[in-house]
Amino acid sequence: MNRFFSLGRLGALLVKEFIQMRRDRVTFAMMLGVPLMQLLLFGYAINTDPKSLPAALVATGNDHYTRAIVSALQTTNYYRFDHVADSATEAERLMARGAVSFVVTIPSDFARRVDRGEAPQILIEADATDPSASSGAVSTLSTLAARALDHERGVAPGARGGPALDVVVHRRYNPEGISQYNIVPGLLGVILQMTMVMMTSIALTREIERGTMENLLAMPASPAEIMLGKVLPYLVVGGVQVAVVLVTAKLLFSVPFVGSLPLLLGAILIFVLALVLLGYTISTIARTQMQALQLAFFFFLPSILVSGFMFPYRGMPGWAQLFGEILPLTHFLRVVRAVMLKGADLAAIGTEIAWLIGFVVFFSVLALLRFRRTLD
Amino acid sequence: MSAIDVHGLVKRFGDKTVVDNVSMQVAPGEIVGFLGPNGSGKTTTIRIMCGLLTPDAGSGRVLGYDLLTEGLKIKREVGYMTQKFSFYEDLTIAENLDFVARLYRLKPVATHVADTLADLGMTSRRNQLAGTLSGGWKQRLALAACIMHQPKLLLLDEPTAGVDPKARREFWDEIHRLARDGLTVLVSTHYMDEAERCHRIAYISYGRMLTTGSVADVVANAGLVTYIVSGPGLAGIAAALESRDGVEQVAPFGATLHVVGSDRQKLEAALSDIAARDGVAVAPGETSLEDVFIQFMAGSKDNMA
Repeated sequence: MNRFFSLGRLGALLVKEFIQMRRDRVTFAMMLGVPLMQLLLFGYAINTDPKSLPAALVATGNDHYTRAIVSALQTTNYYRFDHVADSATEAERLMARGAVSFVVTIPSDFARRVDRGEAPQILIEADATDPSASSGAVSTLSTLAARALDHERGVAPGARGGPALDVVVHRRYNPEGISQYNIVPGLLGVILQMTMVMMTSIALTREIERGTMENLLAMPASPAEIMLGKVLPYLVVGGVQVAVVLVTAKLLFSVPFVGSLPLLLGAILIFVLALVLLGYTISTIARTQMQALQLAFFFFLPSILVSGFMFPYRGMPGWAQLFGEILPLTHFLRVVRAVMLKGADLAAIGTEIAWLIGFVVFFSVLALLRFRRTLD
Repeated sequence: MSAIDVHGLVKRFGDKTVVDNVSMQVAPGEIVGFLGPNGSGKTTTIRIMCGLLTPDAGSGRVLGYDLLTEGLKIKREVGYMTQKFSFYEDLTIAENLDFVARLYRLKPVATHVADTLADLGMTSRRNQLAGTLSGGWKQRLALAACIMHQPKLLLLDEPTAGVDPKARREFWDEIHRLARDGLTVLVSTHYMDEAERCHRIAYISYGRMLTTGSVADVVANAGLVTYIVSGPGLAGIAAALESRDGVEQVAPFGATLHVVGSDRQKLEAALSDIAARDGVAVAPGETSLEDVFIQFMAGSKDNMA
């Protein structure tokens, strides 16, 4: 037997490790569950070239040229015209709210110009806050629209049948297609999500592991007091993070800030409150700090993948979008991008704010229901 | 009104009954020692009484408040000292006391903290982290924090485990001082000398209350007879006696041997030939509380959790 290495001793260590691994069910489930979830999410949900993007049509004329162009755009599968706006202002609102990714404007004199042999124009406005999401749709656009028009005019493809279609593309909110404009505000949400949930997820498990929970429960503190006492300090930490990220976004990345700062700060407050309460809810479920951190991470992963932070939200299949809706980060990303880049007002982001408030209520009720006043 | 008046308490964890039909009455100002082997249900019973556990059956009143419905009121007037130090080790002594004073809404906070620090003799160490205190000082701090809100009932769960004899002596002096002022104390312990410092003891085993009364009563009711054997060759005598009929305990105490049995005639018969040995003396002795407890423990199945 070797002094420095014995298979017998190694065996003893291995057996012990496996027994402990088996006893910690949560960790074991994580080791199997996380890779599977990653695989399914990455595999099915993520699509960097999104199709069927919601678009609004502003067309005052209802002639056959207009219809031809619209149907040609639709057959690319990139556009889904589910809004018909009466005016440019209405379309503008739809885009600021994030209800549509494109606004296609076909001017009222479109048919007249075609018939007269003048160069017809159409205007495509793309929401370029996420440059990668709209690039595919924009790049296929000119050729397709022109081909559809030629076909409608009875001109063989490739033949010169009159002045070419003039497609004007406006990349709104981010004309240069700088991806930092999309990523940096998103990072604010991701950083908050990661730190806030993690810090609060060990709130109660730390008391339990240190043995101070028994004493705390024996003293006259109510569950609501304990919950607020645990989560409110992290609002302050979150506030510091927000200040750092916003200042850095401005100074280093020159991310434009066109909206209202108080509105954004208000939304951040609700979002952070939802996060710390989510973390606290986790701490009422987990039995150890290790489990709490694993659960926080378990929540963090889909938040990054399906919230629209890393990959275009619209590119995901319906079920993945539905799943994304139940994550606070999804709604916060829409708010922060809308306010910072598009200058959205409260009315435009009202739905998302309502969602975030819903999360606050849901998590506090869940945490209070889960909280045990006793050691049973 | 009794400070504690509970009946038929039952607590199960899974299919294991940890507290089985326990009833207990404690008068105000009384110091009751709660004894029993490890895993006998002492901690669980104490936790039920301060509202940390809900009993599966049974009812009662603590300080006149209903155990099942008035838990919050009980918590305000009970001081509970846990077995393991359960204040914040990463807070200083003063910060811990400040926290407790605020939770009980004692006003003015600063005065309560300063008075407690002075009573403890810890004023100069107020900024020391609680985690750096020795076992004895941690225990003193915990006790001081538990009585800061002037509870009417003090529940102590093995408060002196791992504390040196001098600190234990001082601790018990303090307990008696508090009881003189009207505080009721229920204290669990493994130490016989501590049990003897209680007005009354209650012995629990296997979740069942086996006996209760003053130390003298408990010893007398046990009906044990003890003989003390002294002389040469005690180890051999002990080995010889252990298997004999009528001998229930043989325990060496220094240069003597305590031989205990519940039937005087059988025990005397078993000892007759030993007494005849050269230089060996057999004399009747007093049965100690420890002898009684060893007898109890042998009589009930082991219930180690």
